[in-house]
Amino acid sequence: MAEATAASPGGADALESGATAPLLGLIGSPNSGKTTLFNALTGLRARVGNYPGVTVERREGFATVGDARVRILDLPGTYSLTPISADEAVVSDVLAGEIEGLDAPDGLVIVADANSLDRSLLFVAQALRLGRPACLVLTMMDELRARGGDIDCERLANALGIPVIPVVGHRGLGLDALRKRLAESPDWEAPSILPPESAEERAGWARSVLESVRSEPSEGNRRTEAIDRIVLHPLLGSLLFVVVMTTFFQLIFTVAAPLMDAIDAGVGALAGFAREVLPAGFAADLLADGVIAGVGSVVIFLPQIVLLFTLLYFLEDSGYMARAAFVIDRVMARVGLEGRAFVALLSSYACAVPGIMAARTVPSPRHRLVTILVAPLMTCSARLPVYAILIAAFVPVQTVALGLGLQGLVLLTLYLAGTLSALLLAALLRRFVAPGEGMPFYLELPPYRVPPIKLVASQVWGAASAFLKRAGTIILAASIILWVLLNFPKTEVPADTPPERAAAVALEQSAAGRLGHAVEPLIAPLGFDWKIGVGLVASLAAREVIVATLAQIYATAEEDEISLREALQQDRDPRTGELVFDLATVASLLVFFVFALQCVSTLAVMRRETASLRWPAFSFVSLLAIAYGASFVTYRVVHALTT
Amino acid sequence: MAFDSNESAATAEAEISLDALPVGGRGVVVEVGAGGPIGGRLRDLGFVPGTPVTLERRAPMGDPAVYVLRGTRLCLRRSEAREIRIRPLG
Repeated sequence: MAEATAASPGGADALESGATAPLLGLIGSPNSGKTTLFNALTGLRARVGNYPGVTVERREGFATVGDARVRILDLPGTYSLTPISADEAVVSDVLAGEIEGLDAPDGLVIVADANSLDRSLLFVAQALRLGRPACLVLTMMDELRARGGDIDCERLANALGIPVIPVVGHRGLGLDALRKRLAESPDWEAPSILPPESAEERAGWARSVLESVRSEPSEGNRRTEAIDRIVLHPLLGSLLFVVVMTTFFQLIFTVAAPLMDAIDAGVGALAGFAREVLPAGFAADLLADGVIAGVGSVVIFLPQIVLLFTLLYFLEDSGYMARAAFVIDRVMARVGLEGRAFVALLSSYACAVPGIMAARTVPSPRHRLVTILVAPLMTCSARLPVYAILIAAFVPVQTVALGLGLQGLVLLTLYLAGTLSALLLAALLRRFVAPGEGMPFYLELPPYRVPPIKLVASQVWGAASAFLKRAGTIILAASIILWVLLNFPKTEVPADTPPERAAAVALEQSAAGRLGHAVEPLIAPLGFDWKIGVGLVASLAAREVIVATLAQIYATAEEDEISLREALQQDRDPRTGELVFDLATVASLLVFFVFALQCVSTLAVMRRETASLRWPAFSFVSLLAIAYGASFVTYRVVHALTT
Repeated sequence: MAFDSNESAATAEAEISLDALPVGGRGVVVEVGAGGPIGGRLRDLGFVPGTPVTLERRAPMGDPAVYVLRGTRLCLRRSEAREIRIRPLG
């Protein structure tokens, strides 16, 4: 992935002239239209990276004006230059030149929504007090004028002592004038008179500036008011919330599934092709089952990630997401989280990987951390094949009451157990691990807007490329390591072994097989034998892999679910002659899968999103401990009840 | 804003916290009680003395609420709104 970035024409070019082009920092509050403006200026050729130690995205690009180029750094949106979290401190650190390898910007481009200049001026005042050369860009002037208001930009420029340029970013209006101004940035001057420092005096200053430059709009935003009468209505709004979230969830599940199957089939075909072309042996095995399958295990996440983030940013940029967070906040507050965490947890039902990434939309670092840590407990789609085969094999088909089938009820119970324990764990973590608020809860309701496609596309691209670069490499490495464990050392299969048993014998002799035997004493209290141990090791690649691994051990065709089901039902311990999969073991295994963080991809993405090894390690160990304890109790209880 | 300071002594008793406003009620910010980062952020969000605020509506489950101030609509929970003292406007 790194090669791709370096080889792109913009990238290499950008690096060369980067040293000479003036650096301008784009600052402004969330919803100010800053990112739309950045995209319009740099034409989507942004380089996306991370600031050291935090998970804040670092985006920069170049704007070309005739022969001149300026380098533009899109700083995270913020309401204040006085940081109250490590993430927010990035802005003030960048402006002070305290980030390693990044000089302080030569000039500031302050972005403010013309419609909320009243509030934005408080931020502008803070920015001006930095005493840097600057200009102010007023966005969405068209909306203000449509509401019967206006701003006299010339007078405002005089009052502030810096140039003021009105633009309509998504339509490209005013951009030429802005580009020209940016090209002149080496000649910009710092404001000569600074606004006052204290918030009270700043407010007075803002009032006096506004009075001389603005004609107040005669009406509010009619479209937004009309939509909000429904969206924020106590009953209709709640119903709409349920409908939107159900649709959102359904789309992630149903639309992504065929794409993922197609990728799976494509990877399989590619591996088959590699085997045909290469002579049978180690190289063919490595390429087909190690590398190609490993890359496949990364790419398989892309449909869900792209789809989730497209929907997420569409809802976010249209203005609905803030309303959804407003509606559900009370519920999330009960477990110490906030409304914006809801979508991340909901997404985790599909897969914890995009779910954890969606936690980026939660501004408070503590809330985000807790959301990330509990996301793996939400029942992801990879658990479904495991639940399905165990339930189909061991839960009798019978109707309990009201036409409800027992199998369905067991599945529902597993989902509920995951969800409730996620909420319970969130409450506990908020109390003991990440306590306190640290940040006040506030949420702006921006006017509804049609999300610019380019803006959504650039954000989705940012998320997907971050996943591929940061998490993809770890997932790839882990898949290859697991493949090695499952296939080496190679042993001579005795000549009299029936052909359908050969794979099973090879697997038992592999490192993973030996690991399965080695952990057998540890997992025996849960009712698991070495075969389940191997399955658990293999399921680290992805939970559903345990099904394929068990199929391999029981020497049944992977696709043939019925024969695996029968093999599981009939398997007996060679020493005791008892069934391996009795009801207690099955219940214990199901419970284990509810809790355990059996997934290297989740761990990899958690490592990326928390910028630490500590939290994935904490999560893995604590969820393993919970899984072990819960499985142990389940095994004992069910065993006592059934014998 | 001069009239604010003239009247503040006379109406000091009528001061309430922002979360006590009825839906649709209006008031003028008198002070932000919380110190530290939370108080600072509330001020940076626009809750500075003299700022008119309207409680537009509450969420379906009663909390948080939407406040209109300085040309923006901002949701706060009761816990934060409680820190803001206002003088209700009739």
